[in-house]
Amino acid sequence: MNLSTNYMGLHLKNPLVPSASPIMENVDNIRRLADAGASAVTMFSIFEEQLRMEAAALDHYTSVGDNMYAESLSFFPQTDEYHVAPNRYLDIIHRASQAVDIPIIGSLNGMTNEGWIDYAAQIEKAGAKALELNIFMIPTDPKISGGKVEESYIDIVKAVRDAVSIPIAVKMNPFFSSIANMAKRFEEAGADGLVLFNRFIQPDFDLEELEVVPNLTLSSPGEIRLPLRWIAILYGRLGISLAASRGVHSSREVIKYILAGADIVCMTSALLKQGIPYLNHLLTDLVAWMDEHEYESIEQMKGAMSQKSVSDPSAFERANYIKTIEHFKRHHAASMPW
Amino acid sequence: MNSTFSIIDGNEAAAAIAHKVSEVCAIYPITPSSNMGELADQWSSEGRTNIWGTVPLVVEMQSEGGAAGAVHGALQTGAMATTFTASQGLLLMIPNMYKIAGELTPAVFHVSARAIACQGLSIFGDHADIMSVRGTGFALLGAASVQEAADMALIAHSTTLKTRVPFIHFFDGFRTSHEVNKVVTPDDDVIRAMIDEEAVLAHRARALNPDKPVMRGTAQNPDVYFQGRETVNPFYAAVPDAVQSAMDQLASLTGRKYKLYDYYGHAEAERVVVLMGSGVETVKETIDVLLANGEKVGVLMVRLFRPFSAGHFAAALPATVKTLAVLDRSKEPGSAGEPLYQDVITALVEQFNDGRLSMPSLPRIIGGRYGLSSKEFTPAMVKAVYDECAKAQPKNHFTVGINDDVSHTSLEIDPDFVIESDKVVRAVFYGLGADGTVGANKNSIKIIGEETDFYTQGYFVYDSKKSGSQTVSHLRFGPDPIRSTYLIQSANFVGCHQFGFLEKTDVLKLAAPGSVFLLNSPFGPDDVWNKLPGRIQEQIIARKISFYVIDAYKVARESGMGSRINTIMQTCFFAISGVLPRDKAIEQIKKAIEKTYKRKGVEVVQKNFAAVDHTLAHLYQVNVPSAVTADTAPPRIVSDNAPEFVQSVLVPMMIGEADNLPVSKMPVDGTFPTATTKWEKRNISDMVPVWDETICIQCGLCGLVCPHSVIRSKTYDESHLTHAPAAFKSATLRGKDVAPGSRYTLQVYIEDCTGCGLCVGVCPTKNKQEVGLRAINMEAKAPVFEDERENIRFYETLPVNTDPTLDGTLVKDVQYMDPLFEFSGACSGCGETPYVKILSQLFGDRMLVANATGCSSIYGGNLPSTPWSVDHLGRGPAWSNSLFEDNAEFGFGYRLTLDKHSEYASELIKKFGPQLGDQLVDDILNGRRTGKAEVEKQRERVSAAKEILTSVKDPDARRLLSIIDCLVNRSIWIMGGDGWAYDIGYGGLDHVLASGRDINVLVLDTEVYSNTGGQMSKSTPRGAVAKFAAGGKQLGKKDLGLLAISYGHVYVARVAMGANPRQTLRALVEAEQYPGPSLVIAYSHCIAHGIDMANGLKQQKLAVDSAHWPLYRFNPGLMGSDKNPFSLDSKPPTISLRDYAYNEVRYRMLHHSHPEEASRLLKLAEQDVKERWAIHESLVKRYEPAPAVAAVESRSTT
Repeated sequence: MNLSTNYMGLHLKNPLVPSASPIMENVDNIRRLADAGASAVTMFSIFEEQLRMEAAALDHYTSVGDNMYAESLSFFPQTDEYHVAPNRYLDIIHRASQAVDIPIIGSLNGMTNEGWIDYAAQIEKAGAKALELNIFMIPTDPKISGGKVEESYIDIVKAVRDAVSIPIAVKMNPFFSSIANMAKRFEEAGADGLVLFNRFIQPDFDLEELEVVPNLTLSSPGEIRLPLRWIAILYGRLGISLAASRGVHSSREVIKYILAGADIVCMTSALLKQGIPYLNHLLTDLVAWMDEHEYESIEQMKGAMSQKSVSDPSAFERANYIKTIEHFKRHHAASMPW
Repeated sequence: MNSTFSIIDGNEAAAAIAHKVSEVCAIYPITPSSNMGELADQWSSEGRTNIWGTVPLVVEMQSEGGAAGAVHGALQTGAMATTFTASQGLLLMIPNMYKIAGELTPAVFHVSARAIACQGLSIFGDHADIMSVRGTGFALLGAASVQEAADMALIAHSTTLKTRVPFIHFFDGFRTSHEVNKVVTPDDDVIRAMIDEEAVLAHRARALNPDKPVMRGTAQNPDVYFQGRETVNPFYAAVPDAVQSAMDQLASLTGRKYKLYDYYGHAEAERVVVLMGSGVETVKETIDVLLANGEKVGVLMVRLFRPFSAGHFAAALPATVKTLAVLDRSKEPGSAGEPLYQDVITALVEQFNDGRLSMPSLPRIIGGRYGLSSKEFTPAMVKAVYDECAKAQPKNHFTVGINDDVSHTSLEIDPDFVIESDKVVRAVFYGLGADGTVGANKNSIKIIGEETDFYTQGYFVYDSKKSGSQTVSHLRFGPDPIRSTYLIQSANFVGCHQFGFLEKTDVLKLAAPGSVFLLNSPFGPDDVWNKLPGRIQEQIIARKISFYVIDAYKVARESGMGSRINTIMQTCFFAISGVLPRDKAIEQIKKAIEKTYKRKGVEVVQKNFAAVDHTLAHLYQVNVPSAVTADTAPPRIVSDNAPEFVQSVLVPMMIGEADNLPVSKMPVDGTFPTATTKWEKRNISDMVPVWDETICIQCGLCGLVCPHSVIRSKTYDESHLTHAPAAFKSATLRGKDVAPGSRYTLQVYIEDCTGCGLCVGVCPTKNKQEVGLRAINMEAKAPVFEDERENIRFYETLPVNTDPTLDGTLVKDVQYMDPLFEFSGACSGCGETPYVKILSQLFGDRMLVANATGCSSIYGGNLPSTPWSVDHLGRGPAWSNSLFEDNAEFGFGYRLTLDKHSEYASELIKKFGPQLGDQLVDDILNGRRTGKAEVEKQRERVSAAKEILTSVKDPDARRLLSIIDCLVNRSIWIMGGDGWAYDIGYGGLDHVLASGRDINVLVLDTEVYSNTGGQMSKSTPRGAVAKFAAGGKQLGKKDLGLLAISYGHVYVARVAMGANPRQTLRALVEAEQYPGPSLVIAYSHCIAHGIDMANGLKQQKLAVDSAHWPLYRFNPGLMGSDKNPFSLDSKPPTISLRDYAYNEVRYRMLHHSHPEEASRLLKLAEQDVKERWAIHESLVKRYEPAPAVAAVESRSTT
C-alpha cells in the first residue's frame, strides 16, 4: 500500500502531519512524533507581535529606572547576550532538522512587512523545509474595506515569496467573502499550498469578574465540516496543495479529509489529548480502512469525494443547506421542547 | 603609542585596570564605587580575561568588612586580589587594612572617595574616607581625572607588587568616578610591561602553603610587638621612589608624565596652592588665566599622600614661594589642621630644619577646606584662595565655597569670575530621570568623542527623589583635553526637555549671551511665547538667545516611542548645535541607537530610527518678540502658610539654590523637623486618581496601598458639609450601626500623587455600565486641578477621626487613621512605602524608628523635605538612621534606654505617692498596656502626674519629669531592606532577636539591593537575574523567617499586602503587641524586579499563590494556649511558579539570554518552593496545641 503524498513538492511518507502545539517546544517530542509515524511536523507560530511586545517590554523594564537617582543609575546587569529574537524557536527548528529525517515546517504569524520577510528568511535558514503563513488580522477600523484587508493578505504572501525559496503555505481563515477567489489569489501570489482552516482563539467573558478572558478550547470532531466542504470545493480548481486542519480526532476525519482532496491532514488536539503514540494508532486505522475499502494509495483516495467527483455537486453548495434543514425537521424537530 | 581612546567614567577607567591585573575581586556595593564591582562582574561573566589569560573571580560579599576579609584571605593564599569601595565601606575595611599592611601584602583597593556620615549621610565626594585610613599603613595614591584614574590605578598595582606596601588608589567620588571623559586607556601590552612578573611570583611564593607551612597573625607581647612594627620602615622608605619609577615607566610607554608631587604654574610663583584630587584640574585652568594676567601663582598637586615624601614634596616647590595655601577636601574637627595641611607643615619644617629647603625662609602656610560632599570648587573659589594668599594677614583654617557666617572662616568669592573658554561647546540639559535625557547625552558624548577630534566631558546631576526626579546634564566638547572639574557656569546651549520645569527651575540661569535654547514644548513656534513665564521671556530677550521648540512627546508618540523623548532631543541638539555636520550626526546617532538597542530587538531600533527621522520636520526656531508679555514675578514654591524653617531653609534646597545658604541656617547637629514633604507640592503626575463616590463601597483598600499616602478618608456628620465647595465629594457612610447623617469622603491629594495607579488596581468595585471603570480611576489632572485643591483645603477642616475603637486589623478602619508618613520621594508605585505608611497609621503617635541605610532611609530622610509626619496633636514618629550595618543594634539601643528609663521612672514615681496620690501612681505603673484606648488613658495619667510634678521642688521630680513620658508605651520599629537584614546587618539582627527584648523589626524585602541599583542579596531568589547574578542566582534564597522561628521566642510573620492586606495588618498589630522581639518580613515589589509597578500588588498575590512567598504568623505568645502559634495564612500553590516569575523581567532576562539555564533554574526554584511549603505545613503540625491532658488520660485508661 502506498501512503505517500506530495505536499507542496515535499514527498511525504504519509499524509499525517502533527501541527502547532506545545508538543513541538521540545526536540525530543519531535523525535517521538517522527518515530510514531509523522511524515512532517508543522511548528507552532512565531508571533511577531509577541516578540515586538517582549522586546519593548524588556527595553522598557530594564531601563525604566535608569538615571533617576544618583545611587541607582541602573537596576539590571548590562549584558550584550540577551536579545529578543526567535532564537529559541529557530534553535528548535535547527536541532529538530538534524534530529529527524522528516521535514520540519515553520510557521509564522507576522505583523509588519519587515517582520514577515525577516522572520521567514530566518526560519528558512534554520532548516525548515517549508513555511506556513499564519495570517490573522482583526480589522476593527470601520473605514477599512474587505478589499483592503484582502490586499494586505496578498501583499504578505508576495513579500514572503520573494524572501524565501522554500514552499510556502497560507493558513487561511474561513471569513473571506469569496474563499475560492482568495484561494486562487493566494496561488497567484506565490503560495504553494493552502491550509484550511485556521482556528482562532476567540475571547470569552468571565461573568464573575466581568473581564474579557482568552479562551482556548481544543477542537471537536464536528469542526471538520467547514474545512471538509472547502477542501472538497477547491480540490482540482487550483494548482497548489491543500492541507486539512481542524477537528481530527480519529482516522475517520483523516479519511474524510483525504477523500475531500487534502494532500495532508494536520492534527493537534487529538495528540494533546491522547498522547504522541496515538499518531501511530491513526496510521494503523487509516491503513485498515484503506485495506478494507481496497484503496491502494493515498493518491487514489485524494479527492474521491470532492465536489467535482461526487454525483451531486450541489451537496457542497447552498442547496445542501436546505437539505440539512429538511433533514433536521424530519428527524429531530418533533423531539425538541418547543 | 600602544593605547586607544575610550569614552568612559573614572570608575570604569580604574576597574578596567583592576580587572586586568587581578585574580580575585571581593566586593560589596556602595555608592559611588558600586559600578566598579559591577563592571568587574560583568566583564568576568562575559569571559574577559586578565593579562594572564584567565577570567578573574568576582564575588559579592555580605559587607565591606567581609570583602576586606575575603581579600585578605585571598592575598594570604597568593592571589592577586582587589576590592572597590568608598566611605562607610572603607571604614569597615580598616581592621583588615591594618593587617594587610602589617603583613606587607601587595594589594590595591580602588576607592571613589566619598564623604562620611556625620550630622547627615552624604553619598557625594570628598576625602573624609581617605583621611580615615591614613594610619593603616596603606599607601594612598590619588588621581585627579578620569585619565589619571586609569593611569594611577596601573601605577598603584605596579608599585605594590614591587614594594609589598598595599595601596589605596583613590579619586573623587562622582566628580571623577562618574564624569565621562575621553581618555586613553592603557592596553594589555602596557599593563604587562608595568606588572613585574617576578614580583607576582614572589607574592605567590609567600602564600600560605601546607607544603612549606608558616604562620602569620601571631599574638605578640610587649617584648617584641614594637620592634616588629618597626621592621617595615625600609619598605615604606622605598615606596616614593618606586612610585616615581613606575610613573616614569608609564611615561616611557605612553608619553603621559606624572610626578609624585606635580608642580604647575609660574616658575617663580609666590603664591602656591597645594591640594589633591579633581580640584587640581580646576586650579590649573584658573592658573592659566591668572598667569596671563601676570600673576605669579602655581599649584603643587599631591598624588602620593602616603607615604608622604617630604623630600620629593619640598623639591617640587619653587624656591620663590611666599605663601602656601594647603586645601583639604575633608574636615577634622578639633585638629590642629586638616591632614594634608599638617603633613605639609611637618614636611617643610623638617626640610627647613635639616637645611634641605631651597628657600631662605619658611613660606607662610595656611590651610583651608573646600569641596566637602561634592560642593562645587570653581575658578572663582581658586582665585579667592590666591587673593587670600596675597593678603598681609591671610585667614588660616579658612573655608572656600560656602558662606560661613558663624565662625567666619569663609573667603569672599567673586561670582563674576567665570573663565569658560569659547573654544568649548558647553551644553546644559534639564530632563526628567524618566525621559532618558542622561542616557542620550552619554550617547552624544560617545558620538562626538569617537567621531571627531574633540575632547569630551559629561557630568550628570540628579536630585534627591526617586520619582519624578530632575536631571541636569553638563556636557563640554572642545579641541583640547577638558580640565574643568566643575559644573558649567556659562552655557552656549541649553536644552529643557520638560516644559513643566520652566515654572520653578531657572533653566536659563546658565545661558550665555547669544546662546541657543531648545525647549520641548507642547506649544508650537507661534504659540509658545505667551506660554513662557515672564522671567524666561526676559532672559531670552536680554541675552539675545536663539530659541527653538519641538513637541518631542508628539514625535515620540507618532514614532511608537511612547514617552521616551531621548533620541528626539538628542537629534535636535545635533541639528542645532552644529558640533557635527547634520548628516554625519544623524548617521552616528543611528549607529549609536543600533549599538545600544540591538540586543533588545530590531523593533526597538526601528522605533528609535523613526523618531530620529521625524524629528527635524518638527523642530522650529521661534521668532522672538521684543517685549515681555507674561508676569515676571518669581514662582511661589511653597504655600505662604509654610513654617519659617521651610521657607528659609528648605525652599532654597527645593529649587537648587541652597549652595547659598549660610552656615547659620543649618541645624548644628543634623536635627530637622519632620512633616515637611507636605509643603513641597511636586505635581509630578499628569494623571491622578479620581474618586467615584456613587459606586465606592468605602473599603479603604486604595488608601491602604497608596505608596505616597495621597488617598485619605474621613467620616463626619453631614452638618460639616454646610460650607463645602461645590465640587466636594461626599457619600453616605455605609455599614451597620451607622449614625444617621454620617458621611464619607475619600480625598485624593492630587499634587502629591506620582500616578502609579496601584489604587485603581486594588479597587474591588466595577462600574456596572462600563466595567473598565472602578470606584477610583486615573484621569487627567488638569481638568480637576483647581477643584481638588479647593476640596483638599476643605477636607482638612473636617474633624480628625480619633475614635479609639478603630480596629487596626481591619482595612476599613485603618483608612481613618492618619498616615504619619506621607508624600515621600520613593519610586512611583513603591512596594515598600505602603507598609511604612501603615506602621505610621497604627503606631505613629508613639513610634520610634531606627532605619537602616537604604531606600527607606533615602525616601524617608533625604533632604530637602521629610515624609515622616505628625498628627493633629503634633505627635508622630521620631526617626533616625545610624548606619547600614548596625541598624538592629541601633534600635536595640532605643529599647535599652526605654527599659532603663521606664525602670528608673517607676522607681522615682513611687517616691511621689504623697503628691500624686497612690492611686495615680498605681495606675501609671500598671497602665503601660498596648492598644490605642489604653495608651490614651495612660497618656492622660502621665499628663496629670506631670502637671503635679512640675510644682514639686525636688531634684528627683525634675529627673522624673525628664523621663516620665516613657511610661506611655513606645513602639520601637527597626526597619530596613533585605540587604541590611539578610546580609550586612544579619549578625546584629540575629543578636537583637536573640535578646528577647521588646523590639519590632520590619524587613522591607525586595529580594535585591534596591537603593544601590539591583545587586544580589541573600534574599534574591533562585533564577532571578541581578547584578552579581547576571547568569541567574544559582542558589535558593535564605529563609530569614525560619531562622528566626528556630529561636522559639521570636514573633515572626511573612506578609504581602497585595495578597492579603488583612493578614498584613494582623501581623503588624500582633508583632507590636508581642512583648518580645518581633520580625515581620514584608514582600515589597520593586522597580528592580522589572515589572509594571501598577501591577505590583497583583505580583504580590501571584508570589503568594505560587507559594514563592507563603504567608504565616508565628506567635510564641500562643504557646500553651489552645491556639496554634504557627498560623499558615496562605493556601497551597494554586499557580505554577512560572506564572508568577515570568511576569518579571528579572526572571525573563535569563529566559532570553540562556533559555535552558533559565528553565533548569526554574525547575530547581519550583523544587525550592515545594520544599519550603512542606516545611511550613510541617510547622503547623509541629505547633498544634497538645490535646488537653485530661482527654489524653481518659483515652489511655479506656
